[in-house]
Amino acid sequence: AVVSTQSTGAHGDDKGKLVAIVDVIDQNRALVDGPCSGVGRKDINFKALHLTPFTIPIAHSARSGAVRKAWEKAEVTKKWSESTWAKKLASREKRSQLSDFDRFKLMKAKQARNRIINIEFGKLRNAARKAKK
Amino acid sequence: KTKQVHGSSGINAEYGGEKNGSTREVPLQKQPRFYPTVDNKKPLNNRRTPKPTKLRSSISPGSVVILLAGVHRGKRVVVLKQLPSGLLLVSGPYKINGVPLRRVDQAYVIATSTKIDLPALPEIGDAIFKRKGKPTKNEKEMFIDNTPEEPKISPEKVALQKEVDALVVPVVKKTPMLQSYLKSRFTLTKGQYPHEMKF
Repeated sequence: AVVSTQSTGAHGDDKGKLVAIVDVIDQNRALVDGPCSGVGRKDINFKALHLTPFTIPIAHSARSGAVRKAWEKAEVTKKWSESTWAKKLASREKRSQLSDFDRFKLMKAKQARNRIINIEFGKLRNAARKAKK
Repeated sequence: KTKQVHGSSGINAEYGGEKNGSTREVPLQKQPRFYPTVDNKKPLNNRRTPKPTKLRSSISPGSVVILLAGVHRGKRVVVLKQLPSGLLLVSGPYKINGVPLRRVDQAYVIATSTKIDLPALPEIGDAIFKRKGKPTKNEKEMFIDNTPEEPKISPEKVALQKEVDALVVPVVKKTPMLQSYLKSRFTLTKGQYPHEMKF
C-alpha cells in the first residue's frame, strides 16, 4: 500500500500527516491508517490525499498492528523526513511562524549573502570583460 | 432668659410689651429667605474611580511594539509602562530611532513578541505631558507679543529622556541586531498580509 500525506482534508488537525492507504472503498474514498503518525484508521477522500513515492508491503485491509510493523520496518518516517518534499514543507511552516524580529534578521542575512554573491559575480564579469578586450 | 423648649428646635424667648404676648417660640435655625419653587431631584453620588484601560496580554513593560500612526509610524519602539491614564509610555530609545518619551494608545500599536528586560526606571507620570496654557492678556497688551522665547522641549523632559536612555540603551545593545532592528521601520511588501503574519 502507498503512503501518502494528507493535504487539505476536512479534518484540519490531521493536515500534513503521513498515512498509509490500507484499502480502497470506492471510486472516491480510501481506508487510511497512520499508526506511526497519530492518525486513527478512517475513510478519507482521495482528493484529501497527496501520494508520496513510499510504499509499505501490507495486505489489503491489514489491521493497525500489521501496518505499524511494516511501517517501522520500512523506516518510512525517517525516509520521509529526509526527502526534499518534507524539508520544503518544514521550512514553509517555519517561515510562517517567524516573528517580526526574525524576519528582520532573515532580511539582513539575505542581504549579507547576496553581497558576497554579487562581489564574486562582479569579479567574474570584470574578468570576462577584460578577456574580451 | 431663654429656655429651649423640650422636644423642639426652638427657644422660648420672652418678649416685653403689653400686647406682644409674654413668650413666643423662636427657632434656633432661621428659615432661609429664599427657596426654589420647584423641588429639583439631586443626582445620586458617583463614587466610581475609573481603572486604567486593560492592557493587551501581548503588551508588557519591555516589549517592542510597532507604532501605526503619527509622525513615527512604522517605527519599532520599546514600551516602558502603562500610565495611570491608560496610555502606554513609550521610548525609542531616542538615541536609537528618534522617538522620545511619548504616550501612545495601545490601539495604535502592533505588539511584537520581542521583549527586553527593563531595569528600574525613574517615576514618570502623565503630569510631564500636560500642555502648558498660554497666559491670558488684558486689553492693553492684546496686540503686543510679550511671550518670552521658550525652548520647544522643556529641559526637564530632555534630562529625563537622557536618564531613561542611559538605562535602556545598554539593555538593547545586549541582544545582537536588536539596535539595528529598532532603527529600521516596519513596512509591508508584496505578498505580506498582516492578518497572516506573526509578530
